[in-house]
Amino acid sequence: MIELATDIAFGLLGIAMSLAVIRLVLGPTLADRILALDLANTVGIGLIATFALHVGQSLYVDVAISLALVGFVATISFARYLLAQVKQ
Amino acid sequence: MSYVGAILIVVGALFSVLGALGVLRFPDVYTRMHAASKAGPLGAGMILVGAGLSTGDPLIILRTLAGFVFLLLVSPVSTHLLARAAVKSGVAPSSSTSINELRNSR
Repeated sequence: MIELATDIAFGLLGIAMSLAVIRLVLGPTLADRILALDLANTVGIGLIATFALHVGQSLYVDVAISLALVGFVATISFARYLLAQVKQ
Repeated sequence: MSYVGAILIVVGALFSVLGALGVLRFPDVYTRMHAASKAGPLGAGMILVGAGLSTGDPLIILRTLAGFVFLLLVSPVSTHLLARAAVKSGVAPSSSTSINELRNSR
């Protein structure tokens, strides 16, 4: 049951990560690229949590939570960079 | 308990795919934020809580629930800051957007 669910989730999250990377490469503006990076980070949290179930090590759940705690700082600092670029 | 966890994981992965599809297909950066900032954290949080429920350890379940709440609290903040930066740097909304209340807010 859990094995089937993790297999399906790995496939779907792989598709989601690919779509985010396509938008990261295509993205016409810098804001699009920052948004795609933010989404890739969020999908990565899901991938690590699924991996924790796949290998049966609950320690990886803590890794996913700490990525959730830290990841948004990247988006905020990129947005600040975009704002600082405007002011010049 | 393990059935609930498995269903949560699959549904969360579906939400992530739908959010990523919206990011790829929507016409401008503001509509893409609409897809990425709601479906993305909800999907990742559901996978997190599902993984916690499947372990059956109450401490891990509590931690994943706290992580889910933090994800939902923090995602609007970063997306709002990014939208503000996009408006200030002059990214125009798509022409299919009928009302543009931010036209004169440079």
